[in-house]
Amino acid sequence: MDVKWGSLGEVAVVSFGATVGVVLFFALGVRALAGRDAARTAGQDGTALTAAAGACFAVCAGAVLYGLYLIIPQFH
Amino acid sequence: MDHITFLVAMVIVTALAFDFTNGFHDTANAMATSIATGALRPKVAVGISGVLNLAGAFLSTEVARTISGGIVDDSLVTPGMIFAGLVGAILWNLMTWLLGLPSSSSHALFGGLIGAVWVGAGRGGVHFDKVVEKILIPAVASPVVAGLAALAATYLAYRITARAPKDGVSKGFRTGQVASASLVSLAHGTNDAQKTMGVITLALISCGALGHDAGPPVWVVLTSGLAIATGTYLGGWRIIRTMGKGIVDIESPQGFAAESAATAVILTSANLGFALSTTQVCSGGILGAGVGRRLAEVRWSTAGRMALAWLVTLPAAAAVGAVAAGAVVHGGTLGTVLIAVAAVVIAAVIVLLSRRNPVHADNVNSAPTTSVRRSATAHAGA
Repeated sequence: MDVKWGSLGEVAVVSFGATVGVVLFFALGVRALAGRDAARTAGQDGTALTAAAGACFAVCAGAVLYGLYLIIPQFH
Repeated sequence: MDHITFLVAMVIVTALAFDFTNGFHDTANAMATSIATGALRPKVAVGISGVLNLAGAFLSTEVARTISGGIVDDSLVTPGMIFAGLVGAILWNLMTWLLGLPSSSSHALFGGLIGAVWVGAGRGGVHFDKVVEKILIPAVASPVVAGLAALAATYLAYRITARAPKDGVSKGFRTGQVASASLVSLAHGTNDAQKTMGVITLALISCGALGHDAGPPVWVVLTSGLAIATGTYLGGWRIIRTMGKGIVDIESPQGFAAESAATAVILTSANLGFALSTTQVCSGGILGAGVGRRLAEVRWSTAGRMALAWLVTLPAAAAVGAVAAGAVVHGGTLGTVLIAVAAVVIAAVIVLLSRRNPVHADNVNSAPTTSVRRSATAHAGA
């Protein structure tokens, strides 16, 4: 029997990192959006927070595109 | 030749039937949490999932040449054994659906095949070391990994958004869930529809209708894709209810974390050549997401029953497959017909039992699963 413990560990580490990373950025994006709304209600300009939220969601979108790349064999 | 053609036709029909139950059983994996959190309306969710499963079936060009990943000796497998194995897998899928248990369709298929080959070709036809390596170890490891990842991600998501207004946060994560759930559906279509195509192609090769290295013909790809998509669209509402409402009362950040974890685990392991069960990974993720928010919210009794179903799935499907294989191998055409009739009758009884306590798009989010099972058992006994 040839159990590939190394690959198994790799799956564990990569999955963990990818999940936590995506959710981390998404949560930061959601918080930045909420912050922007609060800033606007207070009459301030929320441009910086909008940009931050955009950057966070872009990272998540990148992760989704990479996921699609992995799923669709024609891209390989 | 007539005999072989009849058997091959039976294999094709049962393979498509299995494909249907597979889609039906596994809609919950991708869509349960999105339905539970209200990210998608139930009918919309199963519609998206069905379309993506169909798309997934066409996307994947890699032909499943070995239907079993080396778990059984493919050179010893006959169409009769495939038929018997499929019957075992279908019946187990229907049974767990009646109880609303999210068990693994892949394990049901592998279990059915193992049982059928064991009886049909002897113990040597089953590679038990491969069973441990390819099924048991990933089965234990993958839900744990998905669970831990979802746990950490959920905890972080709640920490980060703790001070933001709750409405905005749920709305944000609900939007994210649409994307994460769709990815799970697509990954499911590329994996699971392939299995059925592989089974049908193998049956066609074994009767000489196709050359030895032939890929699945277009009609096989089309019918398999349609079978899994139809099954997905009709939706195994019982299982969706268990996964969406039964294990944890899920909120959108948890749903997003659970689906992200499931997608990450499925994609990384497919990339590194581990076969695993989408169902188990998704349930692991949901459980982790529940623990990540507040431990007490997880209904451990439901989780325990689910884990029990995981343990039993492979041997139970193997037992049904073995009985069916006994009849098919020794009984010839008559045995095959008897098994087919018996399978249809049992399936019909299960569907009738389910009618007494129906779960559908309108009540999928209403009651926790415990009542489903109790009343189902009570009805069965009555």
